[in-house]
Amino acid sequence: MTVRVLPGSVKIFSGVEYSTDYKYMCSDPGQNLIKEAIHKYRLDAIVVGSCSPHMHERTFRNAAVSAGINPFMVEIANLREHCSWVHDDIESSTHKAIELVRMAIEKVKRDKPLTKINVPVTKRVLVIGGGIAGIQAALDVANAGYEVVLVEKEPSIGGHMSQLSETFPTLDCSQCILTPRMVEVHQHPKIKLLSYSEVVKVEGFIGNFKVTIKKKARHINEDLCSGCGLCITKCPIKKKAYNSFEEDLAFRSAIYIPFPQAIPNIPVIDETVCTYYKTGKCGMCVKVCDRQAIDFDQKDTMLVADIGAIIVATGFKLYSIDKKSADSKYKGYGEYGYGKYRDVIDGLQFERIASASGPTSGEIKRPSDGKEPKKIAFIQCVGSRDDSKGISYCSKICCMYTAKQAMLYKHKVHDGEAYIFYMDIRAGGKMYEEFVRRAIEEDDVKYIRGRVSRIYEKNGKYIVKGEDTIAGMPVEIEADMIVLATAMIPQDNAADLARTIGVPYDKYGFYNESHPKLKPVESTTAGIFLAGACQSPKDIPESVAMASAAACKTIILLSSDTLEREPVVAKVNEDLCAGCFYCKKVCPFGAVEVKDVKDINGIVYKEVAYINQGVCQGCGTCTATCLSKSIELAGFNNEEIFAEIAAL
Amino acid sequence: MNYGYFPGCSQTGSAKEYDISLRRVIDKLGVSFDEIEDWSCCGATSAHATNHKLSTALAMRNIMLAEQQGMESIIAPCAACYNRLIMSQFEIANHSGVKQETEKLLSSKFLKDIKVFNVLELFLKIGINKIAENRKRELSDLKVACYYGCLLVRPAAITKFDDAEQPTSMEKIVESTGAHTIDWNYKVECCGAAHSIARRDIVVDLSKNIIDDARAHGANVMAVACPMCHTNLDMRQRAMRRKYPGHEEFPVLYLTELIGLALGMNERELGIDLHYIDFKYADSALENSIANKMG
Repeated sequence: MTVRVLPGSVKIFSGVEYSTDYKYMCSDPGQNLIKEAIHKYRLDAIVVGSCSPHMHERTFRNAAVSAGINPFMVEIANLREHCSWVHDDIESSTHKAIELVRMAIEKVKRDKPLTKINVPVTKRVLVIGGGIAGIQAALDVANAGYEVVLVEKEPSIGGHMSQLSETFPTLDCSQCILTPRMVEVHQHPKIKLLSYSEVVKVEGFIGNFKVTIKKKARHINEDLCSGCGLCITKCPIKKKAYNSFEEDLAFRSAIYIPFPQAIPNIPVIDETVCTYYKTGKCGMCVKVCDRQAIDFDQKDTMLVADIGAIIVATGFKLYSIDKKSADSKYKGYGEYGYGKYRDVIDGLQFERIASASGPTSGEIKRPSDGKEPKKIAFIQCVGSRDDSKGISYCSKICCMYTAKQAMLYKHKVHDGEAYIFYMDIRAGGKMYEEFVRRAIEEDDVKYIRGRVSRIYEKNGKYIVKGEDTIAGMPVEIEADMIVLATAMIPQDNAADLARTIGVPYDKYGFYNESHPKLKPVESTTAGIFLAGACQSPKDIPESVAMASAAACKTIILLSSDTLEREPVVAKVNEDLCAGCFYCKKVCPFGAVEVKDVKDINGIVYKEVAYINQGVCQGCGTCTATCLSKSIELAGFNNEEIFAEIAAL
Repeated sequence: MNYGYFPGCSQTGSAKEYDISLRRVIDKLGVSFDEIEDWSCCGATSAHATNHKLSTALAMRNIMLAEQQGMESIIAPCAACYNRLIMSQFEIANHSGVKQETEKLLSSKFLKDIKVFNVLELFLKIGINKIAENRKRELSDLKVACYYGCLLVRPAAITKFDDAEQPTSMEKIVESTGAHTIDWNYKVECCGAAHSIARRDIVVDLSKNIIDDARAHGANVMAVACPMCHTNLDMRQRAMRRKYPGHEEFPVLYLTELIGLALGMNERELGIDLHYIDFKYADSALENSIANKMG
């Protein structure tokens, strides 16, 4: 497209007082050109033929405002993306550019000045998820002086980080660095912790959410319980439920606290195994509790909270190697036995085995017979980077945690051998590459580049068949235990929760950020922010950084008493509205309400649609649907749009 | 259903007993079928390694013949034939231009969707209860290692009838004969396939691994449904013994032979006597069961 012919070509259109071109219109001198022209020619509206309004609409609107023009009297014709980037026929694309500018001119002639809408802000933040990201975000927001409601679905906060043994690349104890943060959350006067609770409904809009939270029945009166744990020691049901905190490597009683450092330190009764719920008898916990804190009749309760902003930090889960529980969306690992072999475990299970507080008290023992494995094989990229299993992405943390686990193994089993099968080693991060080198050079971990095709059991050992792609040879290792670095995938209910709170998610179920580079912690829904692995696989430092960033964005939002919103919202002409409420059905944001219209005697004579301007996002779906043509979208009304079309 | 029978080259030669036993068994189970007249090579091995178009056209020629002869489905007992036939159908359906090209080469149009069955699918379709109902003999002292090999259940996205890594359909069929099945590791491992001729050394090791694992898990017989697998696992046992003098003979039967035994046929009727490794079970068991009845 030839830019220099444009000013002359569009000058002839009616209403155009002045036209010019400049190479970098968004630069300071470029903006000055606009401001000067406004003063000199007494212009009342501006059309800029440039790049996407997504990038620079705000720039030009601000320039117009500083020259005394209403910001909504500025129109952008997107010439870069629509002409110069998509066509190679210069002559035709120049013609198209002129047409696009002409459309914008016709629209701007009909534009009306609009005033921004102010909405109040509730200064309270909801954090969903009590893992390290949620904890960090809650603490940051609370320390800035705002109230926080922290909702955690499990009986205790702490998330996956509380299950880890030691963390890379420093090898400090995960529990030891996490527990002080958990305690801080518990004791913070600004944080209201709702453990064993779930968000079930989110209504409203930025600054004014109304959130319904289900507090699941623990069957314990939290005010009375002292956390002494006597009920747990006396519970006769010891081996009927797997301990999910121990990744099913141990059992727990029917009444339990997930782990010793749990916050809050209040037990939960598992109704599915408790004898009382099956036979109505037992009640051992009631007998031993001298504070009468056991309440078998306790029911789930619903709480409603007014919330200004939401931080979603719901984390991840591991791709299951088990055939039954493997998400049907993914294909499972039949070649590794679908979890048939007890000594083929996943990374989190190894964390529990290596953890001093775990089922083996930190001694490396294999699950099948409790023997110390003398040869151990780690397999990376199980699920990750494997299109045939339905996961194309890299889970990012496995290279590092596998190196760490092999290192921990070598530190505990001095005569043991550790093999790692890998595709590539991705150790980008401060001290990460050095950490992997240390595993190889100091701890003698043997890295084999290649995939494992099959694992099977032979005489109590596991034959790992794979390929060494560097040597170009098949390899076979007889290992005592196998650790699979399975992919990080979204939580089971990630998609449901996304729909409940209204954030978009990708094909895997990870939540979408608003812009991959410039808005990485904002969701596309105003007032909802993202932190941690619910957005994509992340390690601890990254999750913490993202959580602090999300907290910071939230604090910015809450720092003013009212919010300015774009006035591009739909409005109903009540005289024309027939009350069919198709608009209410199609509105994706729930902005349409039913309004009674009364006569002078106060008697309701018809119902019409009413659009809540705080909720309306200006998408225009209602406008297009309205049969009686009684809804208009400010800034995009029928007259303006038809004028644009007619200009073609 | 009107089945067309596509024997494939091996059924007329090295796997004659597979052909014999299959015909007898499905006849006994009351399934009517006709051999596809004028059938030709399925396009396996040399064709599909050298000329893709030719290999697709060869496979589709047989399917086209079945269609023209009024058949609704095809029984392809050889795993390689089965694979070539379904792969060609898949390409015709999913890759643009292949259908037109192949139709042009064969001067004919494909109008109907012909379903190709391997023997596992066939017996599941006939119904394993039918085998159990017609059972004349309990094979309960047989501990069978069901061996699938590479092609029967793969590629999973196209075969779509069993788990590619941990298949279980053959076990279901074998159990209907009264025999026991074992859980073992090598049911989908490679037997060495066509390397049997050029690289016997590879095949001997691979196939011996399969036999050793079956034996180690308590099997006393192996069931297969592929002529190539049978050749490697049965015929190559002599070479195994030359290389590994301690190797003990291990009987390998076609699935159809095993079913035939359960239906009361003897080893000669089923062609079991054509194997390199003797299998004497049939007669003794029959004698036992007759003796039991008389006694």
